[in-house]
This record gives sequence, structure tokens and C-alpha cells, in this order.
Amino acid sequence: MASWLIRRVFQALLVVFVMTLLVFVAVNLIGNPVDIMISPNATQAQRLETIRALGFDLPLWRQYLAFVDNLFHGDIGDSFVFGQPGLHLIAQRLPATLELAVSALLLSVLIGIPLGLLAGLYPNRALSQMILGGSILGFSLPTFWVGLMMILVFSVELGWLPAIGRGQTATVLGTEWAFLTWDGLQHLILPALNLALYQISMVLRLTSAGVRETLHKDFIKFARAKGLTWRRIVWVHVLKNILIPVVTVIGLSFGGTIAFAVVTETVFSYPGMGKLLIDSINLLDRPVIVAYLMIVVLIFVTVNLVVDLTYVLLDPRVRLGDRE
Amino acid sequence: MEAMAPQIPAWPVPPLLEVRGMRTAFGDIAVVDGVSLSVAPGRILGLVGESGSGKSITAFSILGLVEPPGRVTDGEVLYKGRDLTRLSDHEMRKLRGNRIAMIFQDPMMTLNPVLRVGTQIVETILAHEKVPQRIAIDRAVEALSMVGIPAAKERMRDYPHQFSGGMRQRVAIAIAILHRPELIIADEPTTALDVTIQAQILAEVQRLARETGTALIWITHDLSVVAGLADDIAVMYCGKIVEQGSTDDVLDSPAHPYTKGLIESVPTRNRRGARLHQIPGSTPNPAQRPSGCQFRLRCPNVLPICEQTPPQITIGPGHWARCFNPVASAINKALAP
Amino acid sequence: MTAETTSSAAPSDALVAVPPPLNLVRKFSADFARSRVAVAALAVFILLILAAIFAPWITPQDPYDLMQLDIMDGRLAPGSTGYGGKLFVLGTDDQGRDLLSGIIYGLRTSLLVGIGSALIAALIGTTLGLAAGYAEGRVESLVMRLVDLQLSIPTILTALMILAVMGKGVANVVLALVIVDWAIYARTTRATALAEREQEYIEAARSLALPWWRIMFRHLLPNCLPPLIVIAMIQIANAIALEATLSFLGLGVPITEPSLGLLIANGYKYILSGTYWISTFPGLVLLVLIISINLVGDHVRDILNPRNQ
Repeated sequence: MASWLIRRVFQALLVVFVMTLLVFVAVNLIGNPVDIMISPNATQAQRLETIRALGFDLPLWRQYLAFVDNLFHGDIGDSFVFGQPGLHLIAQRLPATLELAVSALLLSVLIGIPLGLLAGLYPNRALSQMILGGSILGFSLPTFWVGLMMILVFSVELGWLPAIGRGQTATVLGTEWAFLTWDGLQHLILPALNLALYQISMVLRLTSAGVRETLHKDFIKFARAKGLTWRRIVWVHVLKNILIPVVTVIGLSFGGTIAFAVVTETVFSYPGMGKLLIDSINLLDRPVIVAYLMIVVLIFVTVNLVVDLTYVLLDPRVRLGDRE
Repeated sequence: MEAMAPQIPAWPVPPLLEVRGMRTAFGDIAVVDGVSLSVAPGRILGLVGESGSGKSITAFSILGLVEPPGRVTDGEVLYKGRDLTRLSDHEMRKLRGNRIAMIFQDPMMTLNPVLRVGTQIVETILAHEKVPQRIAIDRAVEALSMVGIPAAKERMRDYPHQFSGGMRQRVAIAIAILHRPELIIADEPTTALDVTIQAQILAEVQRLARETGTALIWITHDLSVVAGLADDIAVMYCGKIVEQGSTDDVLDSPAHPYTKGLIESVPTRNRRGARLHQIPGSTPNPAQRPSGCQFRLRCPNVLPICEQTPPQITIGPGHWARCFNPVASAINKALAP
Repeated sequence: MTAETTSSAAPSDALVAVPPPLNLVRKFSADFARSRVAVAALAVFILLILAAIFAPWITPQDPYDLMQLDIMDGRLAPGSTGYGGKLFVLGTDDQGRDLLSGIIYGLRTSLLVGIGSALIAALIGTTLGLAAGYAEGRVESLVMRLVDLQLSIPTILTALMILAVMGKGVANVVLALVIVDWAIYARTTRATALAEREQEYIEAARSLALPWWRIMFRHLLPNCLPPLIVIAMIQIANAIALEATLSFLGLGVPITEPSLGLLIANGYKYILSGTYWISTFPGLVLLVLIISINLVGDHVRDILNPRNQ
């Protein structure tokens, strides 16, 4: 178990390393960011000065080492546009994106699992067919368009919920959190729902398939032969069996959710890291892009590691070793 | 409930369970086609048949556990006079695991792999009795020891995969006897186990049954298993019971040609070197059963009249066969003084 | 029920890769026709493709011809008539362009980019997957490591990074989509190749010292096709959706050749003022396109699933 853990951590570090390499290569070698820093009227001398100041004249491998070194010190460089350290900018926006992603995760569990249970237990009912049909819609629909439609219906036509921005926040532990205020929650609902759409569909289908498969297993029949109530069979025997794969899938897709928040934040103008990323890409603001990548990779790798660990802990067969 | 004195009642005694003409169909195909059998209290009935004869479905049908699209479409299952096919699921639930228990074939699949063994025993207790958790746990530990699992208290916290196959089956048996049922239906409980373990489990079950006076239906394809264990034997072929009687009667003087064929096919009965006896042909699957007597295409005693449905013929006291032309020696023996 | 997988349709006479016999195709069509939903979806999909192909002939207006546009016609509601007396069935965008025409042309771009990139990705991915499955050893490890890496990164992230670095434009979008897409083909093909390479007909071909590329493509490939077809369909739908998303974010196709995604983006700024049609209608068409492909792909997967055969 310990050796497995070490191997996994090593694997994770490897991924991070490869990412730094890729990021460095891509961002520093291709495209010429110098051009946006310097006005076209600058003299050659001013150009050279800027190049030297930003370290672009050093040999590549030196640039890379400097890059990694800076990385360790949390210094990714100052944003070309805002003048502040890229990492700060991203870190400032991190809570908003986290709120979105975590809300989406919660929604996918709270909506996806019960609906999936229903569809799995009673597959022949019309309601179940509708639910499953709806789930196909859920992951076919382009998220950004659905977001637009949500704004159209719930904000413009019905006026129930706000369309743009984060709303009011409350400061806890030095960071601003929106979900702690009613206004902030209202601003959170539509984007979170939009972001969660894909996940809800996946969780729903996974749960439904899992339930249907488990119901046919012998141990369920045996449970009935023991005279257990249907309620106990479903909520203990069936649920525990399907929860393990479902939970791991949800966990593993958390990184993807954070990445996809880029789209939702753009649609709803939600001030998270994603929106900042898009803006930075358009403005060729390299340090911010790099900061974003690094943070996302870190989150990703950590979450994957945690999920792997959780899976090992949850499944008794894996944890205690199979004797057969 | 006090253990009944180990008295094996002789015929006729009102049966504990009586199945009359039970028919279980999947769509149009009747897997179980008019099964009639009876079990007396405290006696062990061996239900013998090849795979595909419908034995397991019979067991599930008795307890109302047939999964759709299968349904019990006809017949009665009289348990102490009550017709189980007419009971609501709620009422059946009160009987299952309580008055009538079941042991399945493959111990690997019968226990839920993600729940602890203790949990799965305790929940069975609590399903039928309102006792405090502590008491239920104590009784669970007691049940485990009774079936011969060492260090029962510690084992309660283990998961099924930490037990060997034989031990898992013992757990299943422990669960079955928790509420001192009057009838246990065991569906090929030793088929998936090693031969040595088989013998152990067999002995265990027999002991328990005798001690508690529980009636037992032991389903198997292996005639030699029931020879030593059962008081009565019912032989099943193509969804019907073709012969039933006490073990001595059926094994010594089988009336139905199929039973005779089965007995003669048992390898241990052969002289070494002689060709193994086989019933010619093969068992048809449920969709392709012949009309009339289903065995007629393979039967050495076949007559033209066998194209009709054969009636139940009484061979002797408590011994009947469904045949137009039963084995001669059986009738002679029955008629002999 | 006999267990019959399409891969065991491999001929014992292994010298020639036999194209699927006619009755296999017929059986497939018969199975497919059993789902009315899938048949309807296929019809819709074909309809959309035909509309895209015949765009110049069926659209009331050429949306790229600036001479035909009148800015006074801008942002008219669906069903209104313009200054020149033209009827705008779905309304106009802010430039006065007939939305219906714009949508059909946009469909073209969406389909081209989506299907094109999916096919290129399929080509590359399948080749690499076959090579990995057949060649074993270090080639296999290398390819599979790449595949794992690619599949563990969220698709949107990869696409964004590539576009951030390379810039916008159709070619770069296709590049991004291909890079995002190829890995799943590689993984599937390699898995099937792994299973197939133990079979006798491959051994027979090898013993005849046929060149490796011949074995790979003429013998191994045909038997790997069924899962590939299913994946290709789903990936086409995904590619179309991803391109739309990228275009919406402003990182996709250029304004001169808008796809459905870009059309939706154009209408974004007018949503709050109630001018809904500029974003809604292209989105509906996009929706129908993606759903029809998914429905067909779903059904094909059910048919080809070896467990169901």
C-alpha cells in the first residue's frame, strides 16, 4: 500500500513536470509576446532593452530553469496588462471558480443520484424514459447555448434570477465568498446549474445503469429471500454497491469541471479564473495564462490523487486484498 | 422454540408444504410445467434433476422470488394450508427468512461484497424481530459459532471475500437458521464447493436439520448426494416431477424410466472398466420440449400412448410416478407381499 | 442464442482481407431500422447535411455578399419584412443578414470543421493505435503514455492552450480538435488490436512474411472497425460542439466564415435586450444536429455491442 502511494505521488509529480515543460515550450517559443509590450513606434534600442529586462535574450534552457525556479517561489511573472503578479490575479479569482465548481458538483450529486435511482429501479415507467431521454439532452447540448437560453428565460423573460456577475460577497478567512450571502447565492444558481448540466446527466446515467445491473445480482435475490424490506435493499445493498464507482467518477471529473468553468464564466460574466483566462488569451497576457495553467494542473493532480486514495479506502475488496 | 425430538414421522402426515400443479412461465415458455411435490414436517426431500429441468425456478417460485418477465401462472403452493401464490408481497416477506429460508448455490455471489458479514446477519434478525442491536449482534455471533466458524466474534467485522467458499456457505446457512424456520430450501448449496468441503457441509446441514426438526428441500443434480441425506426423493425432468417417494423406494425400485436411467448413470455404480451407462439423447431446453410425456424420445419403455400426457400412478405407499409404462420391477416389488 | 461477434467473421483463409459480406451489411441495416428514433435521427442528420451542401441554391440570401445587406434591416424580428420587401423568416442579425441563410451557411462550416477534424483524428489515432497494438514494446509504451496524458487533460483546456499559442483561424481550430480527439481512437484500436493479434489469421499472415503495414491495414483494421464507427460518430458530435464552444469564446473560426457557434456569439450581446433570435435559432439547429448524431451513434453502439449479439 505504501509503495503504491509513493508510485502514485511520483506519477503526479511527473505530470506536473511535463506540464511545466509543455507550458514553457508552448508559451515562450511560439508567438511573439514582445510585440504587445512595445508600441510599434519604439526604437530598436527600446526593444532590446525590453527584451533584456524580460529575459527573452537568454538561451532557452536558461529561460526554462529560470521559469521553474520562479515557479517554486510562486513567481510566474507580472501580468503584462495589469502589472500585478500573475499568480496573485489568478489566486484572487480562484474562490469564485471554486464556488462554481463545488456547487456544480453538489448539484450533480443531489439531482443526478436520486433521478438515476428512480430511472434504474423502475426502468419501464414513462417518467424513467423521460429522465433518461433528458440525460441524453444533458450531455448533447452545448453548454454555452443552454446558458444563454437560461439567461433568456429566467432573467430576461421571467426576471427571477440575475444574469451577470457574482453579486455580494462575505469575507471569511481573508477571502470573499459569495455563497454566504443571499444575493451571492442568487447569482450562483444559474451558472452552477449550467455548469452542472453535463455532470448531472453523466451521474444520472451511471447511477441508473449501476442500479439496473446490481438489481439482477444474486445477493439482491438473497436479500429478498431473507425477508428484508425493499427499502433496506435499495438504500443499503444497492446504493452501497453503486456509490463507489459513481463517487470516483464524480471526483475524477472535478478537474474537468474547473476547466469547463471557463465557458460558463464567460456566458454569465462570472468573475472567476476562467473568464480571466479567456481575456488573457485574447490579450496575449502570458504570465496570467501560465499562472492559470499551473494552478489548474495542481488542482487536477491533487484531486486525482485524492480520488485514487478514496477509492482504495472505500472498496473493501481492494483495501483488504482479495483472498480468492 | 424448543428443538423437536428427532422423530421422523411416517406417512401420512399433513404435509408442511404442498405444491400442486405449479406452472412458472417466461412469456409463453413454461419452465416449470405443472410441478407437484410435498414435504412433510421435519423430513428432508431431495429434489433431483439435471440443469435446465427447472429445479431452481421451482425453488424461487415457491418463495415468490421469480424475476419478471417470469411469473407463476398456475397452481398452488400450500404452506400449512395457506396458498403462498395468493399472498401479498408484504405477507410473503414476513415468511421469507423467517418461517421459510433459502440457501443459494454460489456462495461467492450470495453475500453482498461491500457489506460486512456481521451486518448481513444482523439485518436478517432485525427484519423479523424487534430486538435491540446488541442482542441481535450476540445472536449473530452465536449463529456463526453454531455453523462451525471459529473466532466468530472477530469474523463479524470481515467482508465476504475474506472467507473461503466453504465458510461463506456456512455463513449462508447460519443466516438461514437464524429464526428457526420450519422449512429450508437449499438450491445446490454444495455444487460450487470442493468435494471435501461438500461432505462437511452436508453433514453440518443434516445435523442441524435433525436437531431442530426443520424440513429441508435439498436441490441437486447429483443423485449420490441425496442418497445419504434425504428421506424422500422427487425427480424432476423438463419442468415436471416425474417421480416421488421415499429414498429407499425410489433408489431401490425406481418406477420412472428416467429415474432408472439416472441411477444407472452414476459412475460409482459401474464396474471398473465397463462402459459408463448413459441415457441416450439429451435434455431438451424449455422451448423445445416434446408434447405428452417429455421423456418419450429417450425412453426405453416408450409406447404409442406416451404421446398423451401421462397420469400420476401410485406405485406404493407414498411413492408415485408420472408414467404410462413404469419400470416393471418397481411394480412387481410394490405388489409383492 | 449463439454468441457471434463481428470480429470472428475473420475468414480462415487469411490471405485476403475480406470486405464485410453483403448479408452483414443487410443485417446491420435491419437491426438499425428497428429503432424508429434512430431512423428519424438519421433522416434529420442527412437532411442537415444536404442543406449544407446545397446552401448556395436554397438560401434566400447570400450572407457573405455585402452588396445584398442593408444595415437598415438590422435586428428585425422573425417573420418581419425588410426595406427591400424581403421576408426574413427567422429575422436578421445586427448587420441585416437573413438569419436563415446565415444559419445554413454556418451549418456548412460547423459540419466541415466537425466532420473533417473527427476524420483526420480518426486517421491519425487509428494508425497510431494499430501500430501500438501490433508492434508492442517501446512503440506501444510511448504511444499509450501519450494517449493517457492526452486523455487525462480536459479537452477544453487542451483546445484553449493550442489556440492561445497558435492563434485563431480555421486551420488552428482543426488542429486543436484533432489533437483533442486522436487519443480515444488510438486507445480503442490498440485494445482491439491486442485481442486480434493473437488470432490465427494474423499468425497465418505473419508466417507468410507479409509486410507489417499490409497486415496492419488489410487484415487487422477491418476487424477493429465496429467500435471505431461508434466512437467516430460520437466524436463528430463532440467536435462540432467543441468548435461551437471555441467560436463562441472568440477563439475559433473567423468572422468571415462563421460557424453556428460564432453566430450564437454574435447574438450574445443582444440577449439582455430581448433580441433573442440571433442566438436562439442557430443554437436550435446546433442542438438538433448534435442530438441526431448522438441518437444514431447510441443506437449503432447498441447494435454492435458484442454482448447483445
